[in-house]
Amino acid sequence: MAEAKLQVSDEIAISIENMNKWYGTFHVLRDIDLTVNRGERIVICGPSGSGKSTLIRCINALEEHQQGRIEVDGTVLSSDIKNIDKIRSEVGMCFQHFNLFPHLSILENCTLAPIWVRKTPKKEAEELAMYFLEKVKIPEQADKYPGQLSGGQQQRVAIARSLCMQPRIMLFDEPTSALDPEMIKEVLDTMIELAEEGMTMLCVTHEMGFARQVANRVIFMDQGQIVEQNEPEAFFNNPQSERTQLFLSQILGH
Amino acid sequence: MSDTNTTPVAFVRDAMLPEQAAPITAAGPLAWIKKNLFDGWFNSILTIVAIYFIYLIVSGAFPWFYNGVWTTDSLAECREILQGKTGGCFSVLTERWPQLLFGFKYPSEEYWRPTIAFFALFVAVAPVLFNKLPRKLLIVTAIFPFAAFWLIWGGSILVPIMVAVGLIVGYVVFTRLVYQSSAMGMIGGLVATVAVWMLSGYITDPLSGFLALEPVPSRDMGGFMLNFILGVTCVSLSLPLGILLALGRQSDMLIIKWICVVFIEFIRGVPLITLLFVANVVLGYFLPPGTNFDLILRVIIMITMFSAAYIAEVVRGGLAALPKGQAEAAGSLGLDYAQSMRLIILPQALKISIPGIVNVAVGLFKDTVLVSVISMFDLVGMIRGPILASTEWNGVYWELWLAAVLFFFPICYGISQYSQWLERQLATGHR
Repeated sequence: MAEAKLQVSDEIAISIENMNKWYGTFHVLRDIDLTVNRGERIVICGPSGSGKSTLIRCINALEEHQQGRIEVDGTVLSSDIKNIDKIRSEVGMCFQHFNLFPHLSILENCTLAPIWVRKTPKKEAEELAMYFLEKVKIPEQADKYPGQLSGGQQQRVAIARSLCMQPRIMLFDEPTSALDPEMIKEVLDTMIELAEEGMTMLCVTHEMGFARQVANRVIFMDQGQIVEQNEPEAFFNNPQSERTQLFLSQILGH
Repeated sequence: MSDTNTTPVAFVRDAMLPEQAAPITAAGPLAWIKKNLFDGWFNSILTIVAIYFIYLIVSGAFPWFYNGVWTTDSLAECREILQGKTGGCFSVLTERWPQLLFGFKYPSEEYWRPTIAFFALFVAVAPVLFNKLPRKLLIVTAIFPFAAFWLIWGGSILVPIMVAVGLIVGYVVFTRLVYQSSAMGMIGGLVATVAVWMLSGYITDPLSGFLALEPVPSRDMGGFMLNFILGVTCVSLSLPLGILLALGRQSDMLIIKWICVVFIEFIRGVPLITLLFVANVVLGYFLPPGTNFDLILRVIIMITMFSAAYIAEVVRGGLAALPKGQAEAAGSLGLDYAQSMRLIILPQALKISIPGIVNVAVGLFKDTVLVSVISMFDLVGMIRGPILASTEWNGVYWELWLAAVLFFFPICYGISQYSQWLERQLATGHR
């Protein structure tokens, strides 16, 4: 893969300063500071319950943070609904369980948001949807319903659905964790292709091969804190903290 | 030993076997009878006993229908004709047919009006029930309630028109103001509607003869027509109200949530009969003296509130059954609350709730006969009151109650069949 293609600009896409979040009295995220430049591909890993999903869900306000400041693409995230809707239409998200809309066909899944949020004319939205469905290599499934597709196909549709909003940032919340092993590759290939085109990406995943190949930064989280972050080579070959070493030995040790 | 070595263990089939017809004992009518009716001695006995009971019922009922009398003027005449034979006296149905349909006070020369309204109803509901029909038919649906009101109650056509104008003005004001805030939109719309209604009194009063049909007051409504009016109106009002209550109960806004919870729990905790008595008697004490608050309107409000509370709980069940990810996915795509509810959440939640909603709707339709308890002459009220109490027909129970069954059953069964068809239509291979 050509490293030169994966240019990172100096422009800041996401900046998180001193962010804290509690679930009731439980302190899930502690003093998170994170700056993501445009074009960066970040992989976030860590044991379950470490707050990594919560972190990326705060970025598009699916979770509310109680302290600190999040700025996405120049818009400050506050409780103002207009800001939230603006950020959400610029930030795409893929979920572990795909969350396709089962009552709508694949094509309708993809055209829904452009039509209702962007006010794109229906025909144009359908052309756009077909373009992205072709990109994730399932244009022939456009008229089927999500329930008729395999898991890997559903996740690729979910990626296409997000792309139809032409987001500048993509969040992936364990996109391959609910998939059978032989389907993981097709989803990862789609994500790699996306990365090569310069999309800003934050991925919560345990696919370390993907991290080595695509990421330009790997973040390790534990107990609601960022414990270590580094470039992938250094991160995997020479982890600094004891906690990271233990985690890596557990997931790479078999 | 040597010949075992000559046949190799590997096997390759060189010709595929053709399909053969199943033996007569495995398929066909005889096999079906054997499998379903005479499968072992115990099932055979059960089958024979069941056939015997069916025979008893049919042989008992058949002469009752076959010898039935359809043309006499009283039960006494029926008995004269039958002379002790078993036979139904169906003349009560032919002679009192208009009363069963329209009650005993609705002017007979105006029967054509509710009849037209009845048939227009099918045109009006068709585009709502069947998605494939042209959407332009929805205009008929929108006009129907006002036209039906005019036809059934009579009076000047200006009254329903002004009601419609009020609603349209309110809606326009709502859409203008809703961009500023939804509360302002609602209040503004409500004020505008009420203002138009109040002002319209100055138009409708002097012009009360304009395109007027002979007015028929609510207390003259009766028969199955009354059940039908109540059933159709209350079902179509309680569905949207129930959905709003269900959404309100899930709302993050505490005051709205608690209003909905209290309403639902209170209404569900009270028998419908009690609410109807409240509508009939008690409400009068609270209203200023001289207010003429239409009795049917009061009953409609009570039944609607009652079934809306039930539908709200059914819909809440549907909402709770949806994975949280659906709302999150809708949100992450930038859809706002109203859009995600209308396009994503409600279509799925309502689909899950169809059996429950239909259950409530069928129950509501049958419960409309309870108005006979507050001395309204619906179908049951007519049978129990004017018809059975008359000297001619005193004692004709079987025939009349059978007729009541035949009025209600096809409609309720039709609703249930429609809902099952709808569920099959909406199935998209999910789960």
